Amino acid sequence: MSEEQPKRRWWVLFAPLIVFALLLVFLLKGLGSDPTKLESVLIDKSVPEFNAVDLFNNDKVYSQEVLKGGPMLMNVWATWCPTCRAEHAFLNELAAQGIPIVGLNYKDDSRAKAIDWLNTLGDPYTVNLFDPEGDVAFEFGVYGAPETYFIDAEGKIRYRHVGDVNARNWQNKLKGIYTQLQQEAQQ
Amino acid sequence: MRHFSALIASLLLCLSLSAMAQQVTYDGHEFDTEQQRKTYAELISELRCPKCQNQNIADSNAPLAADMRERAYEMVMAGESKQAVIDYMVARYGNFAHYKPPFNVFTAILWVAPVAIALIGIFLALRLSRKRSQPVTLSDEEKRRLAQLKAEGKDD
Repeated sequence: MSEEQPKRRWWVLFAPLIVFALLLVFLLKGLGSDPTKLESVLIDKSVPEFNAVDLFNNDKVYSQEVLKGGPMLMNVWATWCPTCRAEHAFLNELAAQGIPIVGLNYKDDSRAKAIDWLNTLGDPYTVNLFDPEGDVAFEFGVYGAPETYFIDAEGKIRYRHVGDVNARNWQNKLKGIYTQLQQEAQQ
Repeated sequence: MRHFSALIASLLLCLSLSAMAQQVTYDGHEFDTEQQRKTYAELISELRCPKCQNQNIADSNAPLAADMRERAYEMVMAGESKQAVIDYMVARYGNFAHYKPPFNVFTAILWVAPVAIALIGIFLALRLSRKRSQPVTLSDEEKRRLAQLKAEGKDD
């Protein structure tokens, strides 16, 4: 008994320390993550089917085909969303660089307000989809605004960004994703 | 007497009419059958609001939760099963949207960890208690020392 005791003891002593270290790593990781950010389940899937009218023209109806032939971005926005206002200037910049962005106006207070917003702040969008009831957004699993979807040339959703697009996160991450989709399209 | 029987007849008519309609109202919605109401009530308590931190769509007043309740109601009234509504929501908002996640590679730890920890605990407890209940055996040297100590104690 006294012979094997010292041999066994070291792991008995260190087990709580190891468990503690693992727990520490796990909890520290949780501390840094944002619980309000959900990963989209539509990643690598084709854009869902939908029908939406043009924001400016009620007779013009678009389907999911409008999101094919990219790569392009789809930006979900509304006039009631302060963060959308914050990111709008940067979207204008991206549009000026020639990046196609489809706008999805999501459950806005009124059509007139949305049109007024684009007239005063500028219109970065190649196409303006109007989704007053949030039906189109529901198909995409939109849970807030702004959200930006990265759609490849085949019309597959490859990434979803929740929150505003700004110069910092564009430079650090989003630009890389878009460039990769562009390169894939050229191959 | 004639008045009385007319009254009875009209009462009976009212009762049978209300039984025929059998309409149930719940959560501001009207349902044709009690089963539909039950399915809807279960759905809104089991589906989770993606916009909120840990709230079902019944308790949340977020606009998205209202949209999900509306969608659930429409689907139930169109004759869809409970599972079909859950699948519909999960296809758009992920397993996050359901309080009973399915068992798969990603969720295995949720289901397995509590049982595993309980089993480890029971195993350790049994082992430790067995160890303690083992009879103490003394070596010859220890027996000699014990006798010596006892003898010393008598002297005091």
